[in-house]
Amino acid sequence: MSLGGLLDGPPAVVAAGVEVFSGALRAQGASVADVDWRPPTIGDPADLTALALDPRRAAANRTAVERVLAAGSVLTDVRPARETLGLEGRVLLHSGPPLTWEAASGPMRGALIGACLFEGWASTVEEAEALLASGGVTLDPCHHHSAVGPMAGVTSPSMWTWCLEDPVNGGTAYCNLNEGLGKVLRMGAFNEEVLTRLAWMRDVLGPLLSRAVRSMAEPLDVKSVLAQMLQMGDEGHNRNRAGSLMTLRELSPAIVALDAPSAETAAALAFIGGNEHFFLNLGMPTAKLAMDAARDVPGSTMVTVMARNGTEFGVQTAGTGDRWFTGPAQTPVGLFLGDYGPEDANPDIGDSAIMETYGVGGFSMAAAPAIVRFVGGSVPDALATTERMYQLTLAENPAMAIPILGFRGAPTGIDVLSVARTGWLPQINTGMAGRVAGTGQVGAGLVQPPRECFEQALAALAQEARAAA
Amino acid sequence: MSAPGPGEGVRHVSLRSGVYADSVRLMQVSRDVGAREGVIAVLVAMATPLNVDLAAGMGFTPDRTPSPDQLLIAVRAVDDDVLAAAVAAVDAALAERERSRASADAQPARTIAAGLDDLEGDGPALAIVSVPGQYAALEAADAIAAGRSVLVFSDGVPVEQEVALKRAAHEAGVLVMGPDCGTAIVSGVALGFANVVRPGPVGVVAASGTGAQQVSCLLDAAGVGVSHVLGVGGRDLSEAVGGLATLDALSALDADPATERVLVVSKPPAPSVAEAVARAAAGLSTPVRSAALSPETPDLTAAVEALLGDLGLDVPIWPSRPGPAEAALPGAVLKGLYSGGTLADEAMLIAAPVLGDVRSNTPLRPELDLGTDLSAAGHVVVDFGDDALTVGRAHPMIDPTLRLEAIARLAASGEPAVLLLDVVLGHGADADPAAALAPALTAARAQAHLPVVVALVGTEADPQGWSRQADALAAAGAAVFASNAAATRYALDLLGASR
Repeated sequence: MSLGGLLDGPPAVVAAGVEVFSGALRAQGASVADVDWRPPTIGDPADLTALALDPRRAAANRTAVERVLAAGSVLTDVRPARETLGLEGRVLLHSGPPLTWEAASGPMRGALIGACLFEGWASTVEEAEALLASGGVTLDPCHHHSAVGPMAGVTSPSMWTWCLEDPVNGGTAYCNLNEGLGKVLRMGAFNEEVLTRLAWMRDVLGPLLSRAVRSMAEPLDVKSVLAQMLQMGDEGHNRNRAGSLMTLRELSPAIVALDAPSAETAAALAFIGGNEHFFLNLGMPTAKLAMDAARDVPGSTMVTVMARNGTEFGVQTAGTGDRWFTGPAQTPVGLFLGDYGPEDANPDIGDSAIMETYGVGGFSMAAAPAIVRFVGGSVPDALATTERMYQLTLAENPAMAIPILGFRGAPTGIDVLSVARTGWLPQINTGMAGRVAGTGQVGAGLVQPPRECFEQALAALAQEARAAA
Repeated sequence: MSAPGPGEGVRHVSLRSGVYADSVRLMQVSRDVGAREGVIAVLVAMATPLNVDLAAGMGFTPDRTPSPDQLLIAVRAVDDDVLAAAVAAVDAALAERERSRASADAQPARTIAAGLDDLEGDGPALAIVSVPGQYAALEAADAIAAGRSVLVFSDGVPVEQEVALKRAAHEAGVLVMGPDCGTAIVSGVALGFANVVRPGPVGVVAASGTGAQQVSCLLDAAGVGVSHVLGVGGRDLSEAVGGLATLDALSALDADPATERVLVVSKPPAPSVAEAVARAAAGLSTPVRSAALSPETPDLTAAVEALLGDLGLDVPIWPSRPGPAEAALPGAVLKGLYSGGTLADEAMLIAAPVLGDVRSNTPLRPELDLGTDLSAAGHVVVDFGDDALTVGRAHPMIDPTLRLEAIARLAASGEPAVLLLDVVLGHGADADPAAALAPALTAARAQAHLPVVVALVGTEADPQGWSRQADALAAAGAAVFASNAAATRYALDLLGASR
């Protein structure tokens, strides 16, 4: 036994704890790095140790994160949610963990109302509210249907969905089409402008995209677009400018070749080209495919879902299947549009934190210096944030390279145990919806999950580890 | 030399999906791999039409239609071996990332895992953990998961956690040193409590911190150096732990070219574990000598002397400073106030056959337990380094407060006694222990007739200097011995006990 070369020469030492020992080592001229250790602030120490000593954990986390890194994502189809998500009857999907109408926040209610109007289940706002309050519409999380949705994430049967496949692990994931910025359903707006746009997306854009995507000889490699975006100043959550333009570039020949009426073609191209977040609804299911590939790995402490419904923040882990660990959604801190202010912002909302779960978005803020001020930060903050996230994560994703960090891979695969031990919570980069139903977007900023999610997840994972021992 | 034509050599052409790198990076990879001996041509590029044309011009044609999202890897080389190596080099170059941190404020590592990740330098990496015991396993597990050995200095680590850590380390082919045995010297670097000793041929495996310090200092005094001292934790040779780390340390020292002899030091081990270790030792090519304390072999100094004999060396006169001529005190009692657990055990094992029962907070037999009354009458040996006495305070080798109080109490008690102490020098220990101890001894001796005997464990090269400390203690009226066994026997002589 060579003990990993331990006896081959003077060791370089990493020290956690009493400083007198590192001082003595330095006095001997040894190479010493001190850990800025502090007692874990989340979770019971016995639970943390049970997880750290779980003999399954290292291999399970390796399996989980390798599946995430290996996952691919290609765009195979565009179809109505009724078909792809099995939405029969009056069913609406929403972002985040499970939610009732009573508990729903303003923007979530606004989006649900708008969807009822859009589907023709109600003809007035009051009717829609009554229908929803009476339980006449089934509400279910997108995540329960291999789907994700930004902000309110409300997905109704007549909306078209992107259909993505993971050619490596064989998964599928879905997401509705992005409506653009400002007064949009996902931000809780439901006025005539919103409903008119949704109808046009249903009647014109969706069918065009569907035919165009089906006509492409090679399906669009969405993962590759996401990788390239990080080289072009996007982080894939709050900045999708390069990705949206690349998507336009890839799709437009096929759209034009459909021989649709030129006014429709022009409107579709203008809509895509004018929406800097068009790619987000392709990036999110790409991340979802990767994280779903890591589901159900017993012993793994890796986070597979972070999602918010405007009321609660929910987390799932690879080792605990589809159990949700929830806590109150926090209100983002950042910058506001127009004369909106912090009092106008709704608590955190949307499935888009799947991007951070996958290691991009706020985790790769260093890749997107162009937007750090928009979310109320500075370039050094962005670099520091990404550097910190490396200490929460299991791997660096070689496919998602961050140029300014010497093309270091994005910090990927959040380890619940590392969150507890470092005391650093995952950093999420997000849009802010107005608190009052119907408002729309009020700003953008930074937010973190509540500690409760990780406390519950740790307790459940530890219980599972003890049961397996 | 003429340039090879486009038809020469063997080829590799492949397309990868889901891999993206910027064009400059790819040009660097192409250039680096192209510079390898025997490589004729290389193109690593995104499969854009332009690059596919370029490849065609170089004689490479993929067998399926590339898409611009794919990575094209084309290599031509003189033979199949060079070709395979070149393709592997392309993969390695693509996987390699610069680790430039120049532009980012480095974030402090909050865990051993992050610290190991950031570590620079060529030597083998090793973690030291001295966080509170309930968190020690968390940090130690990081090192094992990273394939690194770890010294757990923390005490209060539950034994089942120690077993789990040591099992995991064995699986991972690394060593857990400790817990609660804060000593190691690895290739001359002293970790935790350890002395400055010369390099040499003797490897020490120690389930005892101060025991390892005693034998390494005596070897040094005899002119013999150590290759490594691997402290495996005070419980390693217990039934529960089963010698997990001792066995791995033995096998590592056996494989170490610098180690010619091995000495295993421990407090009294569990008999079954001692047997297992003896069996393992017998199977090694390096001779192993046991310095495990027991009623039959109570003496670390004797074990060192036997090892010197194995090496064909003479036993030196161990350093000492005579005390004042003091009359024997028949009827007086032995008061051993120790900071080192193994040294306390050794003193009790040597004293018990002569004095009869010696009570202690770390007794040889459970019925001799002192309980909480450390100033009980009669023959008593106290280990101030025991876990129960270090909760919320530093080890007595750093913080002498409790022991100084006990000395003052003893002098005030009026009980006729001989005071036996250990003072342990070296890295990590009090920078000048005599500075506090000598005045306390002077004061105690002014108050009572109290002969004082000190086992001073250290070397001249230690930061505190053996002679400097010995002289200061002798000036305060203590008899000073480099050997704890010799100190104990001298104390017994003062008690007038026949031995």
